[in-house]
Amino acid sequence: MGARAALVRPPRARLNARTLLSLARLFPKTPPPGPFRPGFWRSPLRGRWLTSTFAVVLLVGVTLVTITGFLSYAAYNPALGTNDLTPNKGLLGFYLFDWPTKPVWLYQVNQGVHVIGGLVLTPVLLAKLWSVIPKLFSWPPFRSPAQALERLSLLALVGGAVFQFATGFMNIAYWYAFPFSFYPAHLYGAWVFTAGFVVHVAIKLPTMRRALRTRRLVDELRVPLDRTQPEERMDAEDELAPVSPAAATLSRRGLLGLVAGSSAVVFVLTAGQTIGGPLTRSVALLAPRGRSYGDGPNDFQVNKPAAAAGVTAEMGGPSYRLELVAGQDGAVVRELSREDLLGLDQYTYELPIACVEGWSTTQTWTGVRLRDLAVLAGVPSAGEMTAQSLQGAGTFATTTFSADQVDAEKSLLALRVNDADLSLDHGFPARIIIPAGPGVHCTKWVSRMTFVA
Amino acid sequence: MARFRALYGSTPLHLIALVASLAITFYTALKIAEYDTAPKIALWLVGAALVHDLVLYPLYTLLGLLAGGNRPRRAVNHVRVPALISGLLFLMFVPLICSLAPGSYEGASGLRPEPYLERWLAITAVLFLASGLLYALRARRGAAS
Repeated sequence: MGARAALVRPPRARLNARTLLSLARLFPKTPPPGPFRPGFWRSPLRGRWLTSTFAVVLLVGVTLVTITGFLSYAAYNPALGTNDLTPNKGLLGFYLFDWPTKPVWLYQVNQGVHVIGGLVLTPVLLAKLWSVIPKLFSWPPFRSPAQALERLSLLALVGGAVFQFATGFMNIAYWYAFPFSFYPAHLYGAWVFTAGFVVHVAIKLPTMRRALRTRRLVDELRVPLDRTQPEERMDAEDELAPVSPAAATLSRRGLLGLVAGSSAVVFVLTAGQTIGGPLTRSVALLAPRGRSYGDGPNDFQVNKPAAAAGVTAEMGGPSYRLELVAGQDGAVVRELSREDLLGLDQYTYELPIACVEGWSTTQTWTGVRLRDLAVLAGVPSAGEMTAQSLQGAGTFATTTFSADQVDAEKSLLALRVNDADLSLDHGFPARIIIPAGPGVHCTKWVSRMTFVA
Repeated sequence: MARFRALYGSTPLHLIALVASLAITFYTALKIAEYDTAPKIALWLVGAALVHDLVLYPLYTLLGLLAGGNRPRRAVNHVRVPALISGLLFLMFVPLICSLAPGSYEGASGLRPEPYLERWLAITAVLFLASGLLYALRARRGAAS
């Protein structure tokens, strides 16, 4: 009878909140062999000081690349017309504003920092990932709810970072092998990354500051290979410094030099496409857009040649007319031939064309001011203007410009460049040049402009 | 407070920050979900988190071991440093070096992407040459002292 009673009410372990939330008990105490064992990771260079050193560089650099990336979206003036390539952004576009037209180099610098910055930071990002790899194999994989949540946000951080860098490399090389559209994917990837990045910085900042005080960079730079000692573990939770370090095969300064040197090599091989100048351009050997087209007035970087856009010389021939339209769905107010346009007041400005892909080129453009065309259309203070290209279909065949962009002194419908007629590849008979705007908004082969009050 | 820490594993601020961060991620995921290609974007995002640790790391570790990187000899570094930089450049510019998208490159720039393979090979040669020269100089200085 007594044995029966024991069966009815078996002795149970007390199951309270604390044991329920202690996730460690779900896993065997002994880690499986291989990378889950702390002894597996033996590099004497790994440790919190090294990781924190890379982290400082990334904290500054990645912040710049992220901010310029978000600004790049604003530069498209997505609130206007069909400019928005991510129309379902919802709250994620909360920061958008009217993109300014001054200083003229604004977009050039923004994209230069974004693209060249991303390229140059790649070795640092890879080195940082190398330095923290033991943490991926931390055992037990989940210890507490805090650590489980943190690991989930690290998935967003690392996934977002590598995704952004990889899609960036692919996009500047025109390798559209990703099975989705670049613009929304790169914007949403940025948000996934930023969400992980901000919280990671907030959580790790105290650890980083403590770790950076354990060694001085200037001292480390004096230590050769044969005197390179492993980093010490800072506390019981330190998973970076090795438990059983191997002998160093590379000094700490050697590793830092390798990373800094790689970044410098990447900079030299690419920055010329943004900075310009014959010397930097000539060494920008791996820049997708650093190459020379020749010495003529029209021999500078082309984005989408006429053939690729389906525009023929005939379309821009004698029958070409620019239609000026007043009001949405309004009537054609004026039809101007290229000769008519050349007969209007001409202005000449030196302005850059800067591409979202980071390359840019500054040329001397001559043409009619957009504000003068607005007057001709009978909409002197236009609220916005939509330009249509002869290229017909295509993402940037139609672009809408803000009131500020139409009214800016240096906003031109260019007819000539460097004292010569535009070539067909550069938008003959007429193309738009907007100061400080993205290159794809410098609509080529303009056939119609609709001014709306 | 101590009870919270014991249950959760960190401070309430830690929890608030993480929930806020994950809320933004979740909101972004909802936005991504509106696209037909959402599963592919998600796959790429998660795959990207593992590509370094499970693909690149084993690859360069293996190559490092093949180069004899486990023995502390200075000569090893004069091989693996230029090799790593060259490999990094290859990884970053592979679409141009291997001409993976000649059509869209030409459609954008009007140029053919052919020179990039030669350029990368030339850069690799210069890196190894410079590293070799440096090694020779160091060896000579070492022998002299």
